[in-house]
Amino acid sequence: MPQEFRLILKNIDQSGFTNDLACYLRHGGYVALKQALDLQPKSLPDGKVQTGPEQIREEVKASGLRGRGGAGFSAGLKWSFVDRRSGKPIYLICNADESEPGTFKDRQILHKDPHQLIEGMVISCYANDVKLAYIYVRGEFPEGARILKRALEEARANGYLGKNILGSGFDLDIFIHRGAGAYICGEETGLIESLEGKRAYPRIKPPYFPAILGLYMCPTIVNNVETLCHVRHVITMGASAYAKLGTPNNTGTRIVSLSGHVKRPGYYEIEVGKVTLGELIHAPNFGGGLREGRSLKAIIPGGSSSKIFRAGEIFKLKRKGADGLVTNVDVDLLDIPYDFDSLQAAGSMSGSSAIIVMDDSTDMVKALANLSEFYAHESCGQCTPCREGSLWMSKALHRMTHGGARKQDADYLHKTATNIQGRTICAFGEACAWPVISFVNKFRDEFEARGVEDEVRAASQTGGGVPPI
Amino acid sequence: MSTAVKLEAKSVAAPVEMMTVNVNGRSVSVPKLMPDHNGKPVPTTMLQACQVAGVEVPHYCYHPKLPIAGNCRMCLVEFGLPMMGADRKPILNEDGSPKIAKQVLPYDPSQPRGAIACATPISPGMEIYADSIATQQMREGVLESLLINHPLDCPICDQAGECKLQEYSVEHGQATSRFVEEKVHKPKRVDLGPRIVLDDERCILCSRCVRFTRDIVGDDALGFVNRGSYNTLTHFPGKPFDNNYTLNTVDLCPVGALTSKDFRFQMRVWFLKETKSVCTSCATGCNILMGSREGKIHRYEPRQNDAVNSCWMCDEGRLNYKWIGREDRLKTVMIRRGNAPQVVGKWPIALAEISARLNAAIPGSVAIIGSSRQTTEELWLLAKIAKKLGAKTDTKVREGEADKLLVNADRNPNSTGARLTGFLTEKAGNNIRAIVEGLKVGSIKTLLVFGEDITTLGISSALLDTVDCLIVSEILPNATTAKANYLLPGCAHAEKRGTLINIKGRVQKFMKAVEQPGEARPEWEFLNELAANIAGHHRFVSIEGLFNAMAQDIQPLNGLTWSSLGDQGVTIAI
Ligand SMILES: Cc1cc2nc3c(=O)[nH]c(=O)nc-3n(C[C@H](O)[C@H](O)[C@H](O)COP(=O)(O)O)c2cc1C
Ligand code: SF4
Ligand code: SF4
Ligand code: SF4
Ligand code: FES
Repeated sequence: MPQEFRLILKNIDQSGFTNDLACYLRHGGYVALKQALDLQPKSLPDGKVQTGPEQIREEVKASGLRGRGGAGFSAGLKWSFVDRRSGKPIYLICNADESEPGTFKDRQILHKDPHQLIEGMVISCYANDVKLAYIYVRGEFPEGARILKRALEEARANGYLGKNILGSGFDLDIFIHRGAGAYICGEETGLIESLEGKRAYPRIKPPYFPAILGLYMCPTIVNNVETLCHVRHVITMGASAYAKLGTPNNTGTRIVSLSGHVKRPGYYEIEVGKVTLGELIHAPNFGGGLREGRSLKAIIPGGSSSKIFRAGEIFKLKRKGADGLVTNVDVDLLDIPYDFDSLQAAGSMSGSSAIIVMDDSTDMVKALANLSEFYAHESCGQCTPCREGSLWMSKALHRMTHGGARKQDADYLHKTATNIQGRTICAFGEACAWPVISFVNKFRDEFEARGVEDEVRAASQTGGGVPPI
Repeated sequence: MSTAVKLEAKSVAAPVEMMTVNVNGRSVSVPKLMPDHNGKPVPTTMLQACQVAGVEVPHYCYHPKLPIAGNCRMCLVEFGLPMMGADRKPILNEDGSPKIAKQVLPYDPSQPRGAIACATPISPGMEIYADSIATQQMREGVLESLLINHPLDCPICDQAGECKLQEYSVEHGQATSRFVEEKVHKPKRVDLGPRIVLDDERCILCSRCVRFTRDIVGDDALGFVNRGSYNTLTHFPGKPFDNNYTLNTVDLCPVGALTSKDFRFQMRVWFLKETKSVCTSCATGCNILMGSREGKIHRYEPRQNDAVNSCWMCDEGRLNYKWIGREDRLKTVMIRRGNAPQVVGKWPIALAEISARLNAAIPGSVAIIGSSRQTTEELWLLAKIAKKLGAKTDTKVREGEADKLLVNADRNPNSTGARLTGFLTEKAGNNIRAIVEGLKVGSIKTLLVFGEDITTLGISSALLDTVDCLIVSEILPNATTAKANYLLPGCAHAEKRGTLINIKGRVQKFMKAVEQPGEARPEWEFLNELAANIAGHHRFVSIEGLFNAMAQDIQPLNGLTWSSLGDQGVTIAI
């Protein structure tokens, strides 16, 4: 039976583990930081000398660590894009805006093990020559922000933060910046604008790639809470040991937020790709299966923005056989390994690793109406297709769930969503379009049936004509 | 000599680096770097490359003089890039040409991955498909989105006729709408400030106005509130949108959201005749278009001139036109003999008498107070007369506060011209005291006044009563005109042609927009006659001939001709 693998969550929820510094130290806290700061310059075979920070960057790259915030981009590669020659300060921002519907993993860390994040951040800052870092905390996390603030004060008072950290000569400060309650503040350039005190309007890329023109137009690294925590473990374990966790190109562990119609919703940490979707839903130590008498209808695999799967779908995925040859094999939805690449190959994504399970009691039109209402409310409204399209889709779905559906509404929604994706400033465009596109593609029958039903009823009431809107 | 050498050295230096891209199937060579809104060279964008190729890419938020926002998405274009092999070398077709990969969405290869032309830099070998079906579909999608919540009240909208939403909808949009939901409703007739009214339902949220006032004027006065489709343009609570440049946002607004209180509901824009002119409210000389109909001026708008005013003008200058159409404009020649009241006279009689009187004047007994609001040609003719008569001359100084953008402290539009023509031999304002003294002691017996009320210069009405002969050319009645022995009705600049030289030495011509009232005549015409009668000057029949002769006479203007000034003027060394 597949098991959880608790690396980040190792101490979290263990009896006796509290979120104060003393407890963290008793559990091996800040050992990784000492290790990182102690790294001596290393001579390479080619005669070059690699500094400690450079060694950390190499380790992170070699570990294969991919971002846990949504896009799954290689952390090491992201760090390598940073413009180190600009002469400007380099900033690091921890993205703790966790707002993707269904996602509740970062908050476990903030609330229950804040020093793990701080340690990961100090190491990452040291590696990137960052002297000032920020944690952007979601507006709806007042408690998390309070806990984090106390942890930062403890760290500062005990030499893990501030001037001359642990006698190494390295100075760093970290400040908390609290959002005011907008999903778009999680988009990294929107976040940067918000941090600068402006409206969180995501920036156009090019030219405003954070690695070059980020916070205050300086090179900036934005990483997710969980990603930064992993850096700590890459240091203690070493890149090669870390990379043995999980599967090739999908290394390490990942916290999955499981919600919806399962018996045991919650957060579970797994080795990436070592557990399947089906196991996460059905295994007794994970979701524990669906509620009695219910059958599976759909799965949203990676947060509300990811494309939905319909129960029973079969996917062609590339598999490496025992002979080393790669072949296409049929894989049932429930057998998809929960990792970055497989979900992408199946046409969706692991996103923020939040699985939302829907059983046969779910009204797909209503479910989509609910999601679309969220996106219509959260669009920053800066760019035309997303601004207008998100509310348009939401209004159409509201109409459809209030007796005014039309047969052509499936196409109507689909075209509206297609006009958004890929044409916007930020990935919110996809985030609001993909649910609509995938719900309509996968459950077109239900959307069309709703239209027929409403039109027939309207016709019988009015004696023909157009249904009321 | 040395300047010529310098110029040559400069023109040899740094050849412009070029890059070849393909626009709509045609290879074009474009500079690698082109100016951004500040004029700083930055990597050339797809939109600029298309412009070089003569292909227009529709756009709303982009404006060449504003920082790029990239929010409207109207300029999305399909594009292709040369394919690279694993060896990072281009993959070639059989004929040796590079293979081009049309860019598609990685997650949906049936859909183009459009790029916003306004902000995407070109790269070598890039192909831009500015008219392809995919590009047209993206445009249609954006237009559809812009229209679903738009009130479509064109029949009562001031922008109709010069509205980019109308124009692009006709060119790139669809005739019918798929939208069957309720539109979003937003505030109407918002009083944004003393000169601007906003209709939020018409606003397409392009942020041009926001960027203009924040980044160009430096007054962070406008912004958006709410989210998504409910986004609403507004000003800060309790802080009206009120700087001296607010009306530029009306020009910038691609739709009818921002309207000028002065102009709204006054005139359909397609009835307006547009005349190229220059603002006369300060020494900057912003280039303008005068919009007029049937002899009446309805608005001024800035006309782009990067050497002077970019695309902007100040509100004060823009609204300073109402006096031109005033009812009490001087329309007839008036003659007053002795202490009798003024009576209506005729031009030929007045000019003949003035000529005779001036010719008979003892040298030094005439003074001329001109105006730095006069055209260069007029000032030159006056200078000739002054020289002949040995007359002391001066003009009225108009000083105000300068700002960082356009407004100059010198509120006269042609102080430079007054100086270069030799009309002013001293610093403006220096001779007035001597003239006042001369009038008081009676050494000055004849006074010529052009376009100024000299009672504001310390010459009282009572003192004017003592002058033997007061000759005044004016446009509007004032305390000086009331005393005139000869009152010659002149023209506003909108009613004649001429040139002005701005504070930096830009020689600019302006054209005639409307007819003058009554028997008023352009000053250069009758000055021309007086100069001929008094100084034996050549009689010019046209402003062109006059300007060309003047240019030969004034060293810094040497070589210029009326036609060489073009629409944008020429900068001379001053
Ligand atoms: C609309 C939108 C919302 C996002 N919200 C979050 C978020 O709440 N937390 C987060 O870590 N990343 C979020 N992201 C992803 C960030 O833009 C960014 O990619 C991420 O923080 C990078 O961290 P990583 O590389 O460590 O994953 C969001 C992206 C988009 C487009
Ligand atoms: S895609 Fe949506 S959220 Fe992103 S910038 Fe555009 S309007 Fe804002
Ligand atoms: S008012 Fe006009 S210029 Fe300003 S954002 Fe709206 S459409 Fe653009
Ligand atoms: S800045 Fe001067 S020239 Fe320009 S519009 Fe204003 S007053 Fe006229
Ligand atoms: S013109 Fe608006 S996005 Fe390019």
